Amino acid sequence: MSILLLIEQVLNGLQFGLMLFLMAAGLTLIFGVMGIINLAHGSLYMVGAFAAAGVAGATGSFALGLVAALAAAAMAGAIVEITVIRRLYTRDHLDQVLATFALILIFSEGTRWLFGSFPLFLDVPAALSGAVTLPGGIEYPLYRLAIIVIGLAVAAGLFWLIARTRIGIRIRAGESDREMIAALGVDISRLYTLVFALGAALAGFSGALVGAIQSVQVGMGEPVLILAFVVIVIGGIGSIRGAFVGAILVGLTDTLGRFLLPVLFGFVMDPSAATSVGSALASMLIYILMAAVLLFRPTGLYGRA
Amino acid sequence: MTDPILDVRGVSKSFGALQASDNVSLNLRAGEIHALIGPNGAGKSTLIKQIAGNMRPDSGSIWFNGEDVTTLDTVARARRGLGRTFQISSLAMEHTVLQNVMLGALGHDGGVMRFFRPVMKDHALLNRAMAALERVGLVDQARKRTADLSHGQRRQLEVAVALTLSPKAFVMDEPMAGLGAEGSRALTGFLDTLRGEAPILLVEHDMDVVFALADRISVLVYGALIATGTADEIRANPEVRIAYLGEEEDGA
Amino acid sequence: MIRERYLNLAIMLALLAVPLWAWVSDEPFTITLATRVAILALAGVGLNLALGLGGLVSLGHAAFFGLGGYAMGILAHHAQTYTPLMESPFLIEGTKSMPVIWLVAVLVSALAAFAIGLLSLRTTGVYFIMITLAFGQMFYYFTISWPAYGGEDGLSIYVRNGFPGLNTLDPIQFFGLVYGVLALVLVFSATLARSRFGLALAAARQNEERVRTVGLDAFRLRLMAFTISGAITGLAGALMADLNRFVSPTMFSWHMSGEFIVFIILGGVGRLFGPVVGAGLFIILEHILGGLSEFWMIYLGALLLAVVLFARGGLIGAFSGPEVGHD
Repeated sequence: MSILLLIEQVLNGLQFGLMLFLMAAGLTLIFGVMGIINLAHGSLYMVGAFAAAGVAGATGSFALGLVAALAAAAMAGAIVEITVIRRLYTRDHLDQVLATFALILIFSEGTRWLFGSFPLFLDVPAALSGAVTLPGGIEYPLYRLAIIVIGLAVAAGLFWLIARTRIGIRIRAGESDREMIAALGVDISRLYTLVFALGAALAGFSGALVGAIQSVQVGMGEPVLILAFVVIVIGGIGSIRGAFVGAILVGLTDTLGRFLLPVLFGFVMDPSAATSVGSALASMLIYILMAAVLLFRPTGLYGRA
Repeated sequence: MTDPILDVRGVSKSFGALQASDNVSLNLRAGEIHALIGPNGAGKSTLIKQIAGNMRPDSGSIWFNGEDVTTLDTVARARRGLGRTFQISSLAMEHTVLQNVMLGALGHDGGVMRFFRPVMKDHALLNRAMAALERVGLVDQARKRTADLSHGQRRQLEVAVALTLSPKAFVMDEPMAGLGAEGSRALTGFLDTLRGEAPILLVEHDMDVVFALADRISVLVYGALIATGTADEIRANPEVRIAYLGEEEDGA
Repeated sequence: MIRERYLNLAIMLALLAVPLWAWVSDEPFTITLATRVAILALAGVGLNLALGLGGLVSLGHAAFFGLGGYAMGILAHHAQTYTPLMESPFLIEGTKSMPVIWLVAVLVSALAAFAIGLLSLRTTGVYFIMITLAFGQMFYYFTISWPAYGGEDGLSIYVRNGFPGLNTLDPIQFFGLVYGVLALVLVFSATLARSRFGLALAAARQNEERVRTVGLDAFRLRLMAFTISGAITGLAGALMADLNRFVSPTMFSWHMSGEFIVFIILGGVGRLFGPVVGAGLFIILEHILGGLSEFWMIYLGALLLAVVLFARGGLIGAFSGPEVGHD
């Protein structure tokens, strides 16, 4: 094992973590502001990826694909909020789980109906294909590096939006007190639609970005959704900062675990056993991390007690 | 004089800059009703929460029946014989009235990990539960859903559930709140007889009730106790008059 | 309005009548469908103890279903390959005996439910939902990446396991066995709801503070409920594995957990027979809608959405009116 390989894996973990952050930020924002648990968030990720693949395939422009992903996911989010989610604000979590589970079925099967069961492919744009040589001689795919930069930029933008802008103030007010924000004269249902669409757009955006690395297929959002939940449990519900720290932690733990554990077990057992034990254990690592956080901080690292 | 059943020793609790309990010491002796009064926001609820085990004091200790219970939670304190009623009725609303008192009887019995015998045919528990309903006058309502009770009946049920525990001391947070004149009179009469069974720490706004019932009164203002004494002593206390009673009487 | 008790009886008779009719008219496929309904209902009845009675919205019950399934898969796999499960420190052999397999399935899933409950029941609400979901997925990914028992491909068991005195290869006999287990568990579940434990658990669902104030530990009540609930769902998993003679990681999939909740909702939350009706309805829909369109899940989603938004009582509620506190 070389140190260069390790650095490459750290970068991969960072990239993975940042994409998780885009998912988790939307989820945690929606929960913090509206008190809704949205299982269909993974579907919005999928919508973004399909929109990007469809438009990029038709026009040949990756940038247009990204715009389409943002627009399609935001629009799907707004429609879902207005038609379904709005009726769930006063309902208990069980109803929210069921209704958004129903939405997953509708989204997944609807996408399968439109696009078929075969995965679509979204090509990395020509300008970002190939590898760059980082200081120290590490060859790293340019596209992944670009995702890291974009992810960091979106995260910074989101922090700025929440902390510095008028809309951010309203969002934070809505988190602490629904009645207060209504008293401030803010049209609360428009704010809710906006927050939901924003969360959806973030999910769709990450779906499109990741879609160029993996294949674009029905159900692609669900593993990411579950990881985003783990991120939120670790970071603390409603906290954007918690989502960021949790996402990076989960991204790095998962990526490095898969890389390092088989190597570590290789010191004490024969290679094939080490690979199987190591990779099986690596698949559980982030859940063990979550369990550990729960033991010591049941409300997450940045959660309010 | 006997040792107090409940002994609050120098309890302090603050939330940021707000001093909700400021070195409060008070006790409850066998056979007495000890009323805790004070203007809104004086920190009565915070103090009750610390006594009942919902909240841990920053400093000071709480002793119950000769034992330091400061670090014990609500469940442990209830098991040791602390019977509490809530300011806002806290009941299992989908259950019937009888099921609510049965829950109290179950708490008193303690054997809850039993999965087979029907609980509503358990005579020992039923007797205890019905006796409690009898004492507060709710026997006729036993089969009613708790959600269908009137506000006053829910208050009575709160007291009945506490009775099923046969507690060593009661902590009652405004049991008269929202009762009509007649209900209030009836409950006053009942609490008067109850003190012989177990002493009562009574948080109450209605001064007539307080002066009619209390053996001792403690006055809490801005988290601190400014006086403890008999009704006459409190009435005569100039500090209390300024801080509290004066306003009340003027207001009335 | 029909009394819920008579409705329940009718439901049980219908679940018995359909496969008997299919047996007489020699349609083994229908018997298999009815067996599936009974097994899925059993899993739902298990979840309903936690969800309906205890108010614990677990989105991770597939973990116990899968563990039960793999308990069967692993034991039977070792028995059919004549390899011991483990040789040191002591010898454990595989088995093809259902009672032994059931016992192992129940114990393993109870143990897992206890451990998951210990961690997740410290939290409530959305946290609880997300944590149970995440731990459920942990088992899913673990089974996929653990190659010893087939990994992603799962395990096939060639011959259905045996039960003393029955020929389990005969579909109607196997159905009878499953039906008997379901009936027993329903009786147990009803008994539990009326017991001391049931009263306290239901009270904890409505008002935790009340339960704590009378000196009962809500956490312990919920942990016990979650453990029993997981054990029953685990038993259902073992039966499902025997019905299919196949186990795979999909048993652990969180869609499975979601479907268990769907059974409960379609039938009516908190109703003893809710999961039985819900599972029946689900399988019927799967066949009617599935025959109409390849994308029948869209219609299922729309129906589910409609039930959640507009008809909270579920099917039993529609026939027997609002639930009454039983005593």
